Amino acid sequence: MIVADRKSLQEILAMVADKKKILILGCKGCVTVCNVGGLKEVEILAASMKIARKKEGNDIDIDIQVLERQCDTEYVAGIRDVVGNYEAAVSLACGVGPQFLSEMYKDQTFYPGVNTTFFGGAVQHGIWEERCAGCGSCAIHNFGGLCPIARCAKSLMNGPCGGSSKGVCEVNKDTLCIWDAIVKKKMESGRLDDLIGVKPIKSWKTARDGGPRRSIREELVQGNI
Amino acid sequence: MSELKSGSNLEKVLKAGHFAFTGECGPPKGANVEHLKEKLSHLVGKVDAVNMTDNQTAVVRMSSWAGSILMMEQGLEPNFQMVCRDRNRLAMMSDILGAYALGVRNMLCLSGDHQSFGNHPDAKNVHDIDSMQLITMVKKMRDEGKFLNDEDIDVAPKMFIGAAANPFADPYEYRPYRLANKIAAGADFIQTQCIFNMEKFRDFMKKVVDMGLHERCYILAGVTPMKNAGMANFMSKYVPGMDIPESLIKRLKGVDKKDQAEEGIKFALEQIQEFKEMKGVAGVHLMAIEWEHKVPEIAERAGVLPRPKV
Amino acid sequence: MRLSYPADIKIIQVPCTGRVDILHLLNAVEDGADGVYVAGCLEGECHYISGNLKARKKVAYVKKTLTEIGIEPERVEMFNLSSAQGARFAEIAREMTDRIRQLGPSPIKKKSHAA
Repeated sequence: MIVADRKSLQEILAMVADKKKILILGCKGCVTVCNVGGLKEVEILAASMKIARKKEGNDIDIDIQVLERQCDTEYVAGIRDVVGNYEAAVSLACGVGPQFLSEMYKDQTFYPGVNTTFFGGAVQHGIWEERCAGCGSCAIHNFGGLCPIARCAKSLMNGPCGGSSKGVCEVNKDTLCIWDAIVKKKMESGRLDDLIGVKPIKSWKTARDGGPRRSIREELVQGNI
Repeated sequence: MSELKSGSNLEKVLKAGHFAFTGECGPPKGANVEHLKEKLSHLVGKVDAVNMTDNQTAVVRMSSWAGSILMMEQGLEPNFQMVCRDRNRLAMMSDILGAYALGVRNMLCLSGDHQSFGNHPDAKNVHDIDSMQLITMVKKMRDEGKFLNDEDIDVAPKMFIGAAANPFADPYEYRPYRLANKIAAGADFIQTQCIFNMEKFRDFMKKVVDMGLHERCYILAGVTPMKNAGMANFMSKYVPGMDIPESLIKRLKGVDKKDQAEEGIKFALEQIQEFKEMKGVAGVHLMAIEWEHKVPEIAERAGVLPRPKV
Repeated sequence: MRLSYPADIKIIQVPCTGRVDILHLLNAVEDGADGVYVAGCLEGECHYISGNLKARKKVAYVKKTLTEIGIEPERVEMFNLSSAQGARFAEIAREMTDRIRQLGPSPIKKKSHAA
């Protein structure tokens, strides 16, 4: 899923400092699963903002809604009748949400309430880790099913570098050296030969480096592409 | 001579079977040419080539190719370092061509310390290709005369290709295999990380020799003389990938503070003596960090002077 | 035991402090409560294994939020005691009301009244 972290209350308050009536929009997709932009988090943000504004003697009127997904126009269209009632809106969806909203409702301002961070999963309750860099040409089967592009600080295709120590990355003691894990897995399974030779230079054309990307599944597209 | 890959002095020294002795110098944090020249002046005639570091520890310094050219003006042969952190393949290839055009004949291919250790931790890191792939790229440019996209190069850069090896990083058992990969990729010579744990290095070299790697490339053992016990302590704690045995720190602490530098040099000399005898070791790479003026003395006492003329 | 405790505390009973939500605490502050505290079982003695530990983390979250807003985090607290410790319950109630009296009325209440 897409993982995000909520922006600080102060940052969000500053964005809407001059607004009296706002809408906070949650999303039932990834951000609900990673506990940052679902109903609960929307309610907590609304309550926190109201407390802060009350303390200043500058009450704010906040309504909340949680869309099925903010990355589908059909769900974004669901707020058509009410979106104009607010001076601004804060979206707690990933970076896609406020953009889909901004594209559909050109007269409204949508502030991002979260910082979208990575594609990953929960390794334990409350802790998420990055797993995928979205490079557009997956080859994890060559690395024991572990992605060095996303998980090595230097994205080495031929690691580990000299900074690998006791299974930990030199960059951060909380980060696993993924190359240590790849090598150990290959050694333990007697497949060290897989790591003999140089992994060829990667084409980044399919990654973000090739420009913004688009996926088309023709069998699903209605009308002209 | 026709068999030479680059014709660099370092290549000739190694090919002739001499025990190589290389030095290292960081370019200035600015355009202070005088300071660089002062540091380099100590090395003239004492080493076969000098590494010019490339934004070492991710701290911005004068570009390594410019430092290399300035070094050549002083009569020293540069070993031009290049890290994968700061440039994509376009910039790398053009810098290699530029450096070669200006006379650079050795280069060292490195990943580069992560930018979070340096003085611009907010920088975007590149890592378009990694150090292993950089070796293949420099080799392709030299031996096939082609860019990565297979287009012909109009006058190909003929570099003597170097790579680094850290025998002390984990997973330890894999290190000889990674070295083998670098050699297969095209490394002509290897400079190791600073060695302090001799026991571990002996074991590493035994594996390297058993695999026959020393016959396929020249391995230069990395030596850094300790200035005092404090430096040993600091490196042990804060420099990634360093393996400094407690016994060395104890040895330095065991003498008077004013004698610790001499004790550090003594240890380095003992190391060099052993490397001269050690099977598979073709030379020493002396990294006298901000201690360039000590290099003549160390070279003299190590008995590696005069340097061979080849 | 007919122990007395301050009359200005409103008690909301829950089956386990694990049921207490961040929102319950925030809403109480938002609605003008001068202080809120959660009285859970002794740590290690939760009938539902870890409800009281979860409550402690939620209280910590609310304290952090209040700090960010500039409201004294001491207005929100977590206490642990067993159901057999009636005297301790009364003591905590007095301790908390004393603490809130020293802090004075909630800034939320003041501003709201003024508005």
